[in-house]
Amino acid sequence: MLPIVFEWHWDVGHFVFMGLFYLALGIIGGGLALAFKATMQDLCSGKDPHEHGHH
Amino acid sequence: MSLANRYSAGEHRFGMVIDIDKCTGCGGCTVACMSENNVGVLYDETDKIRSITWMRVYQVDNGKPFPETQVAFFPRPCLHCEGSHGHHTPCVSVCPATATDYDPQTGIVSQIPTRCIGCRYCVGACPYHARYFNWFDTPWPAGLERPLNPAVAPRMRGVVEKCTFCYHRYQRAKNKAFLGGGKVEEMDYQTACTEACPSGAITFGDLKNPNHKVAQLAQSPECFRLLERLGTNNKVYYRTTREWVRRLADNYLKDEKPGQVAAS
Amino acid sequence: MDDSKFWPQGVTRCKPGAFIAWMVVCLGLLGWAGLSAFLCIFKGLNQTNMNDYFAFGVWIVVDLAIIALGAGAFFTGFMTYVLRRDELKNIINAAVIIGFICYSGAILMLGIDIGQPARGWFGFWHANVHSMLTEVMFCITTYLIVLIVEFIPLILENRQINKVPDLAFFAHHLHRIMIVFAATGTFLSFFHQGSLGGMFGVLYARPFAYRAGIVIWPWTFFLFILSAIASGPSFTTLIVMLTEKVSGRKLTTHKVKMLMGKISAYLLSFYLVLKIADTLYWANVTLPKMGVTFGDLYAGGPYGTYLVWLELGLFGVVPALLLLQRRVRESYGLMALAMVLNCCGAVMNRFVFTIQPLAIPVLPFEKFVGYLPSWQEWGISAGVIAYGLIVFSLAYRYLPVFPQEVELNKG
Repeated sequence: MLPIVFEWHWDVGHFVFMGLFYLALGIIGGGLALAFKATMQDLCSGKDPHEHGHH
Repeated sequence: MSLANRYSAGEHRFGMVIDIDKCTGCGGCTVACMSENNVGVLYDETDKIRSITWMRVYQVDNGKPFPETQVAFFPRPCLHCEGSHGHHTPCVSVCPATATDYDPQTGIVSQIPTRCIGCRYCVGACPYHARYFNWFDTPWPAGLERPLNPAVAPRMRGVVEKCTFCYHRYQRAKNKAFLGGGKVEEMDYQTACTEACPSGAITFGDLKNPNHKVAQLAQSPECFRLLERLGTNNKVYYRTTREWVRRLADNYLKDEKPGQVAAS
Repeated sequence: MDDSKFWPQGVTRCKPGAFIAWMVVCLGLLGWAGLSAFLCIFKGLNQTNMNDYFAFGVWIVVDLAIIALGAGAFFTGFMTYVLRRDELKNIINAAVIIGFICYSGAILMLGIDIGQPARGWFGFWHANVHSMLTEVMFCITTYLIVLIVEFIPLILENRQINKVPDLAFFAHHLHRIMIVFAATGTFLSFFHQGSLGGMFGVLYARPFAYRAGIVIWPWTFFLFILSAIASGPSFTTLIVMLTEKVSGRKLTTHKVKMLMGKISAYLLSFYLVLKIADTLYWANVTLPKMGVTFGDLYAGGPYGTYLVWLELGLFGVVPALLLLQRRVRESYGLMALAMVLNCCGAVMNRFVFTIQPLAIPVLPFEKFVGYLPSWQEWGISAGVIAYGLIVFSLAYRYLPVFPQEVELNKG
C-alpha cells in the first residue's frame, strides 16, 4: 500500500530529506555508471589493462 | 493557561480525569481494557516486564510504617501526549516507519501494528511505559476466539501496541451520529475502562468542549498530569487532595513544591 | 593444497592448514550466531532478555559501538581523497575493509533486532523524516553502498582476478573517481553518526539522554560525530597493529600509524572539551529544570558515577593526554595502549547512552529493573565479531591491502 494513503502529512522536511538522500544515491549511481562507461570504452579500444600503472 | 489553549488547533482533544482518591485499585479497568481490545493472556503472565497491560494500575504508598501507611493507585493508560513548545509527542516523532501518529483532529496517538517494524525506539522514548512490545505470539486456545472483539484486530508478534482510547468506539459513535444526522455526544464515545470503573474514578470526554464533564474537572487546581515538567503535554489528568500522592506524580528538587513549578 | 598463487604479489602468508584452523574457530562462533539468529527469528525476541523496560539491549550497544569504531573508514577516506594526505593511502584499504565489516555487521544485527525483520524496508517506504532513526537507516544503507564501491576495486586487484581485463579496467576507473565516493561517504557518514547521537538526545522525556541543542539537532548529534571520528582512526590502526603481531610482518611504516594517532589525539581532545562542557551544562541546567539532580540519576542499580570517571577520565582524558605527546606516539606499545583506551571510551559512551537512559526510571514510583543479555544475544554479538575476523583475514590473505608490505619485509 502506498505510504501516502493514510496517516501521512507532507511537509518541507520530506523534500529536504528525500532530496538529499536521492541526490547522494544519484551521485553514487552516476559515479558507477561513469566507471562502467569508461571500462567499456577501454575494452573496445583494446588497451592493455595493466599499462595504467595503478597499484 | 486555559485548558483548551494547552493544545494545538483541532476540533477535539479527548482526554481523561482520573480521581486517585476514588480509585480502589480493583483492576476492573485493566480487565475491561484487555477484553475490549483483544489483549491476549500469555502462557506466563507473572513475567510483568513482558506482559501487555494497556491500562496498568500502579500501586504507590507514602513509605511510612503502620499505622501511618497510606496507599494510592495510579491507573495509567496511554496519556496521548501532544508535546509542547517545539517538541512533538515523544513516541510519534521517533518512529522511523510512521507506524504511530498524532491525530490533529482528536489528539489521539494512534498505533498501526501492521506498519510497525518492531524497532522499539518508541518504547524507549515513552517515560510512562505505556508502550508494549509483543515479545511472544499470543496464544488463543480453542474457544477463546469467541469473545474476541470484532472491532479490534489482534496484534502479531514483534510489534508494539498501546492504548488507543478505544478509537474504534469513536468510529462507531461517528457512524451512529452520521446515520442519525446528529453529532457525537459525550456519552456516545466513552472508553471501556471508563465504563468499567465501579467507583466512577475515570471521567472521559473532550477537553476542548466546555460542556463535557472532563473539561470542567480538569480545570481544578487539584488536577495535575504525570511528569508534567518534561513538557509531554499529555491529556490524562489525575486528581488528588493528598500532597504525598501529588509529589509522586513528578520529579521535584528538594526545595520545590508541587504546583509551584512550570513545565520545562 | 597451495593457495599461494592467489596471494598478493611478493608477499608470504601463513600455511593453509593454520589458516583453515583459524577459519574453523571463527566459523564456530558464526555457528553460535546462526543458531541464535534462527531462534530469534523462528521463536521471536522472547529468546533475548530484553523487555519493555530494556527495549534496547546489548545488540544496540554493539551496533553503535562498531559503527563508531568503523568511522575510521569515512574519516580516513576524507583525509586521503579529499584533503589529499597521501601517506594515508598506506592504510586507507584497511580502513575501508574495517568500515565495510562494521557497517554490514551492524545492518545484519539490526535485521535480527527488529521484531518484524521482513518489514525492515518500511523505514524507507513509510519514512518518517522527523525521526533520527529514519536518517540513520537511510544513511547507513547508502553509506554501505559507498563502502562496497570502495571495497570492490581492492577485491578486483587480487592477483588472479586482476588478470581479467574487464575487471582490471573497472577497478582502475573506480579508483580514478574515488574522491566522489569518498566525499559522498563523508557527507552520509557525518549525518548518520550524528543522527545516532541525536536518537538519544531528542528523547526529551528521558532526562538521562535528553540534551539541549540547536535547531533540530541536540548536542549529542555533534558529540557522537566527534567521538566516532576520534576513535575510528585509532581502531583502524589497532587492527593493523594486531594484524602485524599475528602475522609477524610489518604492514605500514610507523610514521603512518603516528599520523593516525595524531589525528585521534586532536579530535579526541576537541571532543572531550565539548563533552565535558555538555555534561556540566546538562547536570547544572538541563536536569534541574526537569526536577532531577545529577546524583539522582546515578543512585539506582549498578550504574554509579564511577561510569562517568571511567568514560571521561580513564577512557577520555588519559588517552587524549597520552596521544598528544610525540614520545608516546613514537612508542609502538604506548600508542597501542592509548588507542585501546580511546576505543574503550567510544564503546563506553555508546553503552552509557543506550542502556542507562532505559535503566533509570523516570516516573518517581517506577522501580529499577535489571537486564543481562541471554546467550542468544551474546551469540549474535560474537557472530558479528567472528564475521569481521573472517572478512578481514580473507582480505589480508588474498588482497593487496597494504601497499608498503612488500617494501617493509624485504630481506
